[in-house]
Amino acid sequence: MSLETSLKKRAGTVTARPVSPSRAIAAALKYAVLLAAVFVILFPPYVVVLNAFKGNEEYAKSGVFDFPHSFANLDNFSTVFHRGDMLNAFMNTGTILGLSVLGNVLMGTMVAFALGRFNFKLKSWILGAYVAATLIPSVTTQVATFGIIKELGLFNSLYGPVLLYIGTDVVQIYLYLQFIRHIPYDLDENAMIEGASLFRIYRSIIFPLLAPATATAVILKSISIYNDMYIPYLYMPSQKLRVVSTGLMNFVGVNSAQWNVVCAALLIILIPTTILYLVMQRFIFSGIVNGSVK
Amino acid sequence: MFAMSYKIQRYVILISFLTLPLLLLAVFSFYPAIYLAWLSFTSWDGYSPEKAWVGISNYKEIFTNADIFKVLSHNFVYFIGGIVQNIVALFFAVLLNSRLRGRNAFRVLLFLPYIMNSVAIAYMFTYVYDAQNGSLNALLTSVGLQSWIKSWLGDAAIVNYSLAFISAWKFMGFNMVIYLGALQSIPGDLYEAAKIDGAGPFKSFLYITWPSIIKIVELSMLLTVSGALEVFDLPFVMTKGGPAGSSQTFVTQTVETAFNFSNYGLASAMGMVLLFIVVLVIFVQRKLILRGGD
Repeated sequence: MSLETSLKKRAGTVTARPVSPSRAIAAALKYAVLLAAVFVILFPPYVVVLNAFKGNEEYAKSGVFDFPHSFANLDNFSTVFHRGDMLNAFMNTGTILGLSVLGNVLMGTMVAFALGRFNFKLKSWILGAYVAATLIPSVTTQVATFGIIKELGLFNSLYGPVLLYIGTDVVQIYLYLQFIRHIPYDLDENAMIEGASLFRIYRSIIFPLLAPATATAVILKSISIYNDMYIPYLYMPSQKLRVVSTGLMNFVGVNSAQWNVVCAALLIILIPTTILYLVMQRFIFSGIVNGSVK
Repeated sequence: MFAMSYKIQRYVILISFLTLPLLLLAVFSFYPAIYLAWLSFTSWDGYSPEKAWVGISNYKEIFTNADIFKVLSHNFVYFIGGIVQNIVALFFAVLLNSRLRGRNAFRVLLFLPYIMNSVAIAYMFTYVYDAQNGSLNALLTSVGLQSWIKSWLGDAAIVNYSLAFISAWKFMGFNMVIYLGALQSIPGDLYEAAKIDGAGPFKSFLYITWPSIIKIVELSMLLTVSGALEVFDLPFVMTKGGPAGSSQTFVTQTVETAFNFSNYGLASAMGMVLLFIVVLVIFVQRKLILRGGD
């Protein structure tokens, strides 16, 4: 639907350019198409917001597009927290996320320092290995990874996913490698003249100067771990170890008849990342653009 | 004396900074791929200690059982959706790259789905598509299009299109941000010069914009193809592959074979086939990119 309008719109600008009234029409068309797209994007969450605040009886009587009697009716949300054991799920997600992101930042900066500051024989091999690793789709190798995790005794443990998130994600290494190139080598040399050890240079110069890349890596990684379902589903089926994604799956499975309560659960899950995104959008956009547009 | 100690420090740093990351890379990226290859020649059931060697019989089953490959036609629908998603994304990137009031707000809104939890998205759209209570059918009714009402997830003929739409809905903004980044790296005076030479917007797009972003378009196509081959969470959460297997994808089928039917050997062989297809696609694409670069 929006594609059709978009093609019309494109044709519109081509002919419209020189004359100013038709330029106004072109601008209006631009906004019309953009607003149509915004409508398509916001329609599903909008309906969720409307229905999350309705009581059972109210939900049964009202239409999906009707406003709730009151947006202060938070009964559904407390139901979700009680019945869905959401606090535990958020704690588990938080633990996994904290440990994984810490590991990722440490390892990413260390690898970037080693590969970005020194030349040695195996360097091109190691870079090649990191490129090759990105080509292996982890979704397909999960059957084998499952066996490895079991043999390491990490099945049904928070540390299994942590290890997988740290070990298999190599994207932040690219981000750091690109960033470290822009830190002048003079800084290292000056520090060496003053007698600083290489570890000191890493800790006091490189690591702090990589902070913008770290901010981007932390945000993108946090969002992807928070949103992941596959790894916790496969490796932590235990009820105590549910994270937000698997907790939500379980909750909806039991309460699928009550859409108003499900909507509240969806909002509880969606709000934290949405806030993080709105506050940190600059880092997210720059990270995505730097990661792909070299 | 200094040079000497830095030389030793260099070795210490290289070894201590690279050993653990490379070990993790080996254990969780390369070893699973090799282990997967080996498992694909066994009839392992996932728990018993012995893994009986069965030669190529798993592969024989894959290539003789038409059902296993038939699901690739479901993946193909996601591929089509991905193409449309890329076209729409490029269109909006061009639109938002022009002088426009509120363009950052539009960028933020259109990107929003990308940061949402995939399980939450799945349930949000279950609610949109629901045949009785769903908001999409309610919307169609309210604008007088009752005849368009469908069982979006219950009809075998359209279920994959319904699911592929969600995928496009989620990733369009991501592609758009990447395209926008590429567009913004094109120097503005190129367009000025073209304008002076009398080129309209369509010609500038064809001769300036398109050649500058072709690499990014190819990269996005690569992600689209591999993404379409690896679709998992939407059908897994929303339809469980139904109705009657009509929304199974290659990965949901693989996961089911391993974790529900305990046929890890066959699932490994399926994983190998998918791995091979993905690597083949990347290889062909690289060849095309190289040829395009010459």
